[in-house]
Amino acid sequence: MTRLGDLSAVRFWLPAAAALVALLTAAVAFGAVPLSPHAVWRAVLGAGDETTVAIVRSLRMPRAALAALVGAALGMSGAALQGSLRNALAEPYLLGVSGGAAVGAVSAVALGVAGAAAVPVAAFAGAAVAVGVVLLVARAARGRADPRVLLMAGVIVGAFANAAIMVALADAPPNTTRGALWWMMGSVAGADWPRVAWLALYLAVGGGALVLWARDIDVLSLGEEPAAALGVHVERASRRVYLAASLLAAATVAAAGLVGFVGLVVPHIARGAGLRGHRAVLLGAALCGAALLVGADLAARVLRAPAELPLGAVTALVGVPFFLVQLRRASA
Amino acid sequence: MIRFEGAVVRYPRAARAAVDGVTLDAPVGRVTAVAGPNGSGKSTLVRALLGRIPVAAGRVLVGDDDAAHLDRRTFATRVAVVPQREEPAFPLRVRDYVALGRYPHGGAWGAATPEDRSAVDRAVARADVAALAERRTDELSGGEWQRVRIARALAQEGRALVLDEPTTFLDVAHEMAVFELLAALAVEGVAVLLVSHQLNLVARFAHHIVLLNRGRVAAAGTPADVMQGSTLEAVYEWPLVVSRDPAVGAPTLVPLRAARRLP
Repeated sequence: MTRLGDLSAVRFWLPAAAALVALLTAAVAFGAVPLSPHAVWRAVLGAGDETTVAIVRSLRMPRAALAALVGAALGMSGAALQGSLRNALAEPYLLGVSGGAAVGAVSAVALGVAGAAAVPVAAFAGAAVAVGVVLLVARAARGRADPRVLLMAGVIVGAFANAAIMVALADAPPNTTRGALWWMMGSVAGADWPRVAWLALYLAVGGGALVLWARDIDVLSLGEEPAAALGVHVERASRRVYLAASLLAAATVAAAGLVGFVGLVVPHIARGAGLRGHRAVLLGAALCGAALLVGADLAARVLRAPAELPLGAVTALVGVPFFLVQLRRASA
Repeated sequence: MIRFEGAVVRYPRAARAAVDGVTLDAPVGRVTAVAGPNGSGKSTLVRALLGRIPVAAGRVLVGDDDAAHLDRRTFATRVAVVPQREEPAFPLRVRDYVALGRYPHGGAWGAATPEDRSAVDRAVARADVAALAERRTDELSGGEWQRVRIARALAQEGRALVLDEPTTFLDVAHEMAVFELLAALAVEGVAVLLVSHQLNLVARFAHHIVLLNRGRVAAAGTPADVMQGSTLEAVYEWPLVVSRDPAVGAPTLVPLRAARRLP
């Protein structure tokens, strides 16, 4: 099923990896103190003057690395949701999963149980609840087969999550509100190495589980009855895929706020390049998502420099037209 | 190989049971057909066999084991099912799709073994889809897709093959090709259980027909036993005659025009 070899190496893996490396280099090079690519790589390896090494290693590299990990996690989450739900429009943001995670994270902070470790756990709880509610709503509307009904349920849950957060923030001090607003539009500006490290951990756990269950997703993507005929415990297998995808989305929300549409776009790029089985599609979506989000964060910093655009706004500007094209296809 | 013993299946909030005490046997080496009007419970039998809906009373056996207690993967290595409808959410290469038939045989990683590859080769050859192996599933015609799905089921290499309306939407040649393949598989020792509307073809190819009506067995036996005008007329609630096809000698159902309704 997974054929990492043949033409896809030339058509996908090599260009995607090269794009990621180039974008990472550019992301670290760009800033108030511009650096040449050569200086960037020297500083990464610890050579060059102290200030440059400090800028690169403790300021710019964590941010680029966090963007890459957020993109990879969102890409895998989207690929897993699209495959298991048989829905080309599925992705954590549009399905309200990210919104649920945001409610969980905000509640944790509001209740004072914050701390780098607790926020993702609370976000995961919120995301898991959101997935459950979205699937229940879609089932009640008898529309699990219609991709648009599921999306509608997701958007509704997302809107409710937004409202809940606004209510929670109503009497917060202005500083907190402004910070929270930035977070709700997505940002990797607060990156530091500890945050990168624990997101990498969540990515390894959630992404590793999905890659392990990739063949289940292959079979689930045929439909419930064919999957059951092939020996899959449909409900059990779907549930654990949803949970792993939610865990990935929740970890990105805790690390960088709400970043939409990455999970929608990149699985289509991977499949468009000829990747078929879900093991390849998941890994391809991770690589592509990393490159896309590093590029998006670079664009967020460059386009209106020295002002910075919200990361989620940049991804939405790219993602919404893409969504409309996919919606047209899904409705055809 | 597959036995239903007094099976009762009830959908939630349904007035009557969809399957109401059905007993039938699909032995190895035979084509057993389940026929009947729309809503007679044919597809529900398949869903119950797959465990998609619980059997309220009676039981469904695969070999000597109760299907409800069989591990899903073990079940899928013994019984291959081609459900009525199926469309991959995202297109696959035909050969990769057929290889999904090896899923129940695989471990957690599902890496293809040489045995898997030769099983896929055999299935592709048997269902005559070798020429399609490199095509994408969304580029196939209806007839090609149906044969590819049967190839996927054959790759499971179970002793039993269950097909739910495998020839809907197929033209005469493709329909005949599918029935010929099923007959040949039965000769090779497969238990074929076929759910089909095509009574006239079923009468030519099946060894045993079970005619369902409103969830119950209305008639069962050889094609000659079941293809009785009075029986079929009562079940289908439509005037018809059964004649003997002059070319092939099989009993043939001929529905009559409503305007020429016999007294």
